[in-house]
Amino acid sequence: MIFKEWYGVYYQTTAKIITAILSEHPQEKDLQNLVRKCAFGESALTVLPALKNEKWHLLRHDMSTPLKHPPSMPLTLIQKRWLKAISLDPRIRLFDFQADGLEEIEPLFTSEDYRIYDRYTNGDPFDDPNYIERFRTILHAVRTKTPLFLKIGTRGGIRTFGCMPEKLEYSEKDDKFRLLVSGVRRVQTVNLSKIISCEPYFGKLSGAVINPPKQTLVLSVHDERNALERAMLHFAHFEKQTERIGKNEYILRLCYDPNDEAELVIRILSFGPMVKALEPESFLERIREKLRKQQQWQL
Amino acid sequence: MSSYHELIKNFEKIRSYMREFYVFGFKSREEYSQKSARSYDDERRRMESWLGDYMRFTRTAEGKNTFLSIDSRSNAHNPFYRAWKAKSFTDLDITFHFILFDMLHDPDTSLSVSQITEKATLAYFFGFDKPPILDESTVRKKLKEYEKEGLLIGEKRGRRIFYRRAEDTALGRDLSFLDFYSEIAPCGVIGSFLLDKYPPHADVFSFKHHYITGALDSGVIADLFCAMREERIVTVSNLARHTDEPKRLRLIPLRIFISAQNGRQHLIAYQPEGNLFRALRIDYLSDVKAEEITPRFSELRAELDIIQKKMWGVTLPLKRNMKTECVEFTIKVESGEDYIPERLEREKRVGTVEKIGKDTYRFSAEVYDAGEMIPWIRSFICRITEIHFSNPRLETRFKKDLRDMYRMYETEEKT
Repeated sequence: MIFKEWYGVYYQTTAKIITAILSEHPQEKDLQNLVRKCAFGESALTVLPALKNEKWHLLRHDMSTPLKHPPSMPLTLIQKRWLKAISLDPRIRLFDFQADGLEEIEPLFTSEDYRIYDRYTNGDPFDDPNYIERFRTILHAVRTKTPLFLKIGTRGGIRTFGCMPEKLEYSEKDDKFRLLVSGVRRVQTVNLSKIISCEPYFGKLSGAVINPPKQTLVLSVHDERNALERAMLHFAHFEKQTERIGKNEYILRLCYDPNDEAELVIRILSFGPMVKALEPESFLERIREKLRKQQQWQL
Repeated sequence: MSSYHELIKNFEKIRSYMREFYVFGFKSREEYSQKSARSYDDERRRMESWLGDYMRFTRTAEGKNTFLSIDSRSNAHNPFYRAWKAKSFTDLDITFHFILFDMLHDPDTSLSVSQITEKATLAYFFGFDKPPILDESTVRKKLKEYEKEGLLIGEKRGRRIFYRRAEDTALGRDLSFLDFYSEIAPCGVIGSFLLDKYPPHADVFSFKHHYITGALDSGVIADLFCAMREERIVTVSNLARHTDEPKRLRLIPLRIFISAQNGRQHLIAYQPEGNLFRALRIDYLSDVKAEEITPRFSELRAELDIIQKKMWGVTLPLKRNMKTECVEFTIKVESGEDYIPERLEREKRVGTVEKIGKDTYRFSAEVYDAGEMIPWIRSFICRITEIHFSNPRLETRFKKDLRDMYRMYETEEKT
C-alpha cells in the first residue's frame, strides 16, 4: 500500500531530471549533481546511465525527451486519507492547513484508532486561540529569522527579553512545544505555554550562546527481565554505541545534553539494578544522592 | 556475478536488519551471517547507500561491528523514511508511469486502454533505437492498479473504460504542517512522500524524545488502520520473541497502542480463537491481509474502552474475569519541589493522586499488571516513604531491587 515505486527516490530524481531538461538544457555534470543531491549513495551508477542508454525510454541518446510536460502525479488515495486523518487532529489549528477536495475522503485513522498511553496530560493548550496566535507568530519568526521580544511567565514573576528564535522543538512525551532561542544570556529554551506575548524585536541581541558540549554517559546493562531490549528501545533516540562484554552484560555509551541530566537520571533509575551508570562521576553522584535519600525511609 | 541492487522488492528483510543495526548495534558480521553472509553484505551495503551519514563502524574482540547511530533530536526528518523510497521496479514500470501522466497531463483528457497503448507506441517510443513493446493487457493491468491507488479515475462508456488523472489536492504554500505531522503522526512516511513533491525548504522544527524506529512499521500500521476503518478481520504473521518461525494469526484489530516513552507500538486485537484480547508488538508483525467484515467490531472496541481504564501499559486481562492488582505509594515533597505533585498529576494515567498531608501525597491505582508500573514508580526514588502492592511477589521484588541498587552504587552505610 505504501511501499510503491512511484514514491521512490528513483522516480523523484527522474522527474527532476526531465523537468530540468524541458526547461533549461542542463550539462551532464548538472544532472550528475542532481542525482547525487536527490538520490541514494550509489544511485549515480544507475539512474543517469539507464536514462542515457535509453533503457527507460524517457531520454533519447541526444538527451531529448518525448515527454511534453514537466512530470507530475496527483495525490494517491492513501496520501489523501492521511491528510484527512491529520486534518482531524486538534493541533492542526496551529497551522495554515489547506487541502481541497478531502470532503468525501475517509480518514486513514482517527483518534479512536490509536492511543498514546504514556503521554503526559499537561500538554500545551492547543485549542486556546491566544496560544494559536502566538504559535503562528513564532513559527513565522523562526522561518523568516526575525528577532522576537518575548514576555514570559516564570515562578518569580514576569521576564522580558529580545531573542533570535531558532527552532520550535516538540516533545511527543510532554505534548509541548519549546522555542529554542539564541542571542540572549542564560536562556536557550522557552516553553511556548509560558509565553504571554511575543512581538518583533528591533533591539540589539547578545552574543551567540555557546551550548554546553554533549557529555557521554556510560551504562552497564545486565540483560535480565528483557532489560537489554527495553533499554535499547528506551534510549534509541540518542546517538549511541553498544558493546557486548560478556554473557548478558553490555556497555552502552550515549551522548546527552547536560541540560537534560536531571531527566536522564530518573530514566536510568527507572531500570532498577539492571542498568547501572558508570560515568561521568557527576552523574553517578546524582544517582547516589537520590538513593541515599531513599534509604532514610527504610522500605 | 553479484545480483546486488540498491533498490529492493520486499521490505521485510531490510526492516529487521535496520532495526537491529539501529536499536542494538552490537552484533558482528559473523552473527548476522549465520543465515547468509551474502544477505548480510547486501543489506549492510544498502543501508550504507541510503543512510551513509549515520553508519558507524567499530572493531571489538568479536569482530567488526556496523551499526546506525542517529541523534533523532538533531534530525528534522526521519532518516528511516528513505527505506520506503527504495522500491524496485521494471524498466517498463518507470517508462509507462512517466508517459501515462504526460498523456493525461490535462485533467480533461481521458483515454481508453487501446488509445493509451497506441499513443505510447506512436508518440512516445518514436525515435528510440529499441522501443519497448507494450501490449494492451499489460496496460490494462497497470491502469487498474493506478485506479485502485487513486491516481486515475476510470469511467465506463459503453463497453470501454476511459481513464483520466484523478483530481489533485492543492496543499497551499505553507507546508509547515507536513514537516510537523510527517514526524509525529502515525504513518508519517506518507507526509514525507507529500513533502517530496515540493521544493525543499528550511527546517523549523526539531523533535525531542523522538522515536524513529516506528517508521519501519508504517506499512503494517497502515494496513491495520485500513482494516479497522472497514471493521475487518485480518490475518497476520507474528514472529513472537524467542521463536524462529512466524505464526499466522486471525484477529480483529481494535486499536494501536503507542508509547511516547520508548517508541514501542502494539496492536490490541481480539483473537476469536481462544476468545481473548491480545497485545502484539507491531515490529514482530508482518504480511497483514484484510479478510471479511466483522459485525463484532463496535462491541469489542467498546469492551476495550472499559478494559483500558485498568491498563497501565499494554497488559490485558488474560481472562475476562481476571482480578486486578492494587498499588499504593506515598511520597514526601521537600520545599521548592512543587513540580513533584505536578509530575504525579500529569503522569498518573489510570491512577489517582491525593494530598494526605502538608507535604505528602498518595498515589493509588488498580490495574491488570502492577509490574508494568514499577519502572515509573522507581523514577520517584528518594522520596517514596511507603509502598504497598496487593501482589506480594511484586512488593518483594521492588524492595529487593532497591537494596540491590544501594549495594550497586555503594550507598549503604558501612557497619
